[in-house]
Parts: sequence; structure tokens; C-alpha cells
Amino acid sequence: MSLTETDVARFAKLARIDLPQDKIEQSCTELNDLLHLIERLQSVDTQGVEPMAHPLSAHQDVALRLREDTVTEEGSEARRDALTLNAPALADGLFLVPKVVE
Amino acid sequence: MTMPTALHTEFEDIAALRLALDQRRVSASELAKSALAAIEASDLNAFLHVDPALTLQEAARADAAIAQGSAGPLTGIPIAHKDAFVTQGWRSTAGSRMLANYTSPFDATVVQRLGQAGAVSLGKLNCDEFAMGSGNENSAFGPVRNPWDTQAVPGGSSGGSAAAVAAGLAMATTGTDTGGSVRQPAALCGVSGIKPTYGTVSRFGIIAFGSSLDQAGPLARSSRDLLALLDPMSGFDERDATSLEYCDSTPNAAGRIRADYEKFQAGCHARDSQPLAGLRIGVPDEFFGPGIAQDVDTTVKAALQVYESLGAQLVRVSLPRTELSIPAYYVIAPAEASTNLSRYDGVRYGHRTATYGDLEEMTGRSRAEGFGAEVQRRILIGTYVLSHGYYDAYYLQAQRVRRLIAEDFQQALKQCDVIMGPVTPTVAKNIGERRDDPKADWLADIFTLGVSLAGLPAMSIPCGFGHSAGTPRPVGLQIIGRYFDEGRLLAIADRFQQVTQWHQHKPGQAEIQGR
Repeated sequence: MSLTETDVARFAKLARIDLPQDKIEQSCTELNDLLHLIERLQSVDTQGVEPMAHPLSAHQDVALRLREDTVTEEGSEARRDALTLNAPALADGLFLVPKVVE
Repeated sequence: MTMPTALHTEFEDIAALRLALDQRRVSASELAKSALAAIEASDLNAFLHVDPALTLQEAARADAAIAQGSAGPLTGIPIAHKDAFVTQGWRSTAGSRMLANYTSPFDATVVQRLGQAGAVSLGKLNCDEFAMGSGNENSAFGPVRNPWDTQAVPGGSSGGSAAAVAAGLAMATTGTDTGGSVRQPAALCGVSGIKPTYGTVSRFGIIAFGSSLDQAGPLARSSRDLLALLDPMSGFDERDATSLEYCDSTPNAAGRIRADYEKFQAGCHARDSQPLAGLRIGVPDEFFGPGIAQDVDTTVKAALQVYESLGAQLVRVSLPRTELSIPAYYVIAPAEASTNLSRYDGVRYGHRTATYGDLEEMTGRSRAEGFGAEVQRRILIGTYVLSHGYYDAYYLQAQRVRRLIAEDFQQALKQCDVIMGPVTPTVAKNIGERRDDPKADWLADIFTLGVSLAGLPAMSIPCGFGHSAGTPRPVGLQIIGRYFDEGRLLAIADRFQQVTQWHQHKPGQAEIQGR
């Protein structure tokens, strides 16, 4: 199938990327070209094949580790300051965003 | 005026430099200063951030350690990191406008471990934005030039890493490989590079792209130098959920790869003039089809003959789904990228747009301004293949094909010990070439993607030059191993480098001939 401009606008919205109309038109052409490449997957017979999420599962059983649910880093004001150093807008150690609740 | 040359380029490899440092014939500070001067004078755009004060501080520490007799294997060796690794001192941008001013509150595990081994960092290296690209043209901070021909791309995404080694700006560098991003630029810049088995090197502190594919690996002139970096870089890290505690029955720790390397070398010594007797090299039919350029084909086949002369036996194998690795990868990697990159919302860090009304507008505009064209394309594709109604048809289907591709490799590696072939179908293209066709770069990834999907270790070593572009441009030989075979791969590559000189050629020192 090929994507329409309406589809692209919807996926851009889902991906939280504001695309102006001219970019949507351009993206639509490019994406359809790339999706054409991907379409080839549909012709592969994969009946009974388990989807592979972890590459080493072709070699061994893979179980992701879990850690103890304990505090691993102590908090402090200095630590907070270090971690919020890159914030675009900050006040009293809090991230500032536009009002979301009236 | 002549361009300043970094002092370390006078030494053949890390071992020779190590000896000179220990014998006080040269100091870490002298090395660092000369490398910084060479970087300053270079116009390759390989470095994104250099901070001489930080580097010289590390160098002074290295000199102190040497004076005290407590030098480690890499103490004083000038290296540099791909900007996809976060670093506390230097900015970490991943080549993106989104992170143009980002400084990390911590070091990536790889950075930390190489620092602990004594290496001196010269700064951060240019790369494709969020490691998405094959030519370093997707960096928000401009393309990197290939030292062999400044009209050519250096490859990508670790383009700065490969160019810096080729130009002698750093002794070795780090890179990340999601679909070929260490092997491909290594090949196009005529240096050596290795991507280890998925899970052997920590991903902690690597700015995430495709989490089930991303692996870090070093780039350097020779295979021996790769070993010097990869061995201390690797090992279990509890901060990476997919980091392995064991590689089969051996603990995943520093020393593992070196032990395997030395064991293989010891076996070679016993076999004298046929050091690789008994080694079966699989040559996949699909890697030498009509898609490969004549000059690359000829050069790689000549390298295979060198291996034969060392006693190895060539075996025909098949990787029948090689072409399918392109669609499988370009569903899985964008899907993971769209998820990983959703963290860039302009709230906690990263670019925030100047004018906005509500939260949604703030995020949407910040992302539209902060991400470049290729990153946006991949996020959109990822969002599409993960969306309701398409998830099964694309994402799950790609994961099923991924398993089939991994099984093909397993099958082939039963008939041989390693697989060899080209890294790329052609030599480096020109900067700006085919920029209007995003598909072209994707198709050129054909020989590297399968390995990444399967999580196997693979490397690239220089094996000659192609002349189809008018000027001599490097060609790489890809060597693919079984899971956890890094040590063996490095030894097999070293055997080639013992009898050839391709890895010693330097750009600008013309005479390119013979071996």
C-alpha cells in the first residue's frame, strides 16, 4: 500500500513532529519510496518462525536480568542540580512547561 | 607552511608508543599537545568538541602514573570518542542540533573504562545524527571529509572516528555500530575496526538508536591496536540490561578477548609458514553478485588469495537472505529509533523551540527543529510500522525474518570458521552524491546489516584501493565470526597484517602499490 498525505500527517502527529504542508508532501514521496523497499518482507514465508527480539536468542536462551528494587543513588540538592543542568527552562529545581491543567 | 603532524604518528602501533612512554622517550603531555595542534590545523571536520585544558589534565595524570610506575596498558595513548558516547567534560551531541549544547552528568561505561586504562581523550568526534547514516552527511554540524580524498565521504555513521585515525589525528577511536557504522567507515577510510558480539560491550551511556542492534567498537590502524582497546572496553556492566555476564562459559570481562587472541596466535606459531592451515573461510556467493563494483570485487578476492597463501581454505557458503537484511533492518532499526527518540521532548534536556503555545506545540516544534531530515524520516517510518494495524505485518514480520537471517549465518558458520567478503559494494562516494535519493545509502548497507541483525562479531581491515572514482580510495575486507569470537577474528586479521602493508598506508604519502 502507499501512504497518502493524510497518513503522513497522522504519523507525524503521533511522532510529535510538527511538519508544515510542504514537508508533508515531500515526506510522502520519500516515505513511499522507502516503504516500497520494505514491502518485500511481505513475500517471505515465515510461518512458524518465532519473532526475534534479542539477537543472541539464535545462540542461547536469553533472560533479561532484574535487579533488586532498592535505592542505588542517594538524592541531594547538588545531585539534582547536576541532573537538571541541561533543562531548557527551570525554576526551584522544577522543569517548566506550558500550563496543562487549568 | 607545513601542517603540524601528531607525534604519535611516528610510532607504528600502540605497543611501540607504550614502550616509548615507559622509556620516557616521549611524554603523554607532548603527545597530547601535538595531537591537539594537528586537530586544530585539520580541515576534515572530524572533531566536534575539543577542550585542550581537559585533555592536558588527563595527559598530566598519565605522566604522573608513568613516573610512579603505575601505568596501565593504555596510559598516555591519545584516543578520541564518537559523539554518540556521553562524556562528563566534553559536550555530547550525537551529531544532532537537538543536543547541540548537551553536557552529560556522567561518562559512558566505555569512556570510563578506557579512561581507567589510562587513555587520554582528545575530544569528541563527528558522526551522523544519532548514528543514522552511512556517509556522515547527516551530521547537523557538517560532513566529515575523507582523508584519502577530501571530495569523498568518510563513511558513517562513525565517520569522524574513521577519518581521525586515517589522518593520524588520534591513535585510536571509539565508534558505535548499529548496522555497519564501525565497519563501513573503517573500510572507506582504510583503517581497521571491529564490532563485537551484541552484549559484550556495555551500551550504558551510548546515546540510544536501535537498542537491540547498537554495539560499541574501536577503530585503529591495526588489528593489534583494536585488541588493545576492545579488551579493556568489554565486560559485563550491570547498568546495561542486555549486558552479558558470560560469553558461553567464560565470564564477560577484560582479558577474555586477549586470552582467545593469544591462544589462536600460539596455534599459528606452531604451523610455521602455513600459520592458518586448517582455517576454513566461508565465502558467500551473495557477497560477490552483480551489485558489487569491479574494483572492490577484485581487491577483496586478492585479499582472500593472501589468506589462501597463509594456509587457509576457501569454502563456498550461502547467505540466501542477504538482500532481505535491508528491509528487515529498515523496519527494526527505525522502530527502535522512534521509541528511543521519543525522550527528546524539549522538557528535561535538548532543544526547545523559541515560541510555542501549549505543551503539544512546544514538543512538536522542538522536535521538528531539533531533528534533521534522515532522523525525521526514520522516526516516521518507525511510528508507522509500530502503529495499530501495521505492527504484525511489518514489525513482527521483520523480527521473524531477522531470525531466519540469523539462522542462515549459523548454518553457514557450521561449514566454515569465519566468513569473509566485502564491507561495501563500492568505494566511498563523493560528498553530496545521491543526496536526493535517501534509498541509495540504505541499499549500500547490504553487506553489513545481516551481521548486526544476527548480533555476530565482525570487523573490517584495509585490503587495498579501488580506482573507479578516479582517485585511489580504500577497500575493506569484512571478517565475520561466530558468537564471542572477537579474539579469534583479531588474530586472523593480524595474520593478514603481518604479511601485507595496506594498514600502514597513510593518506598524502602517495605511493599506493603492491601490498
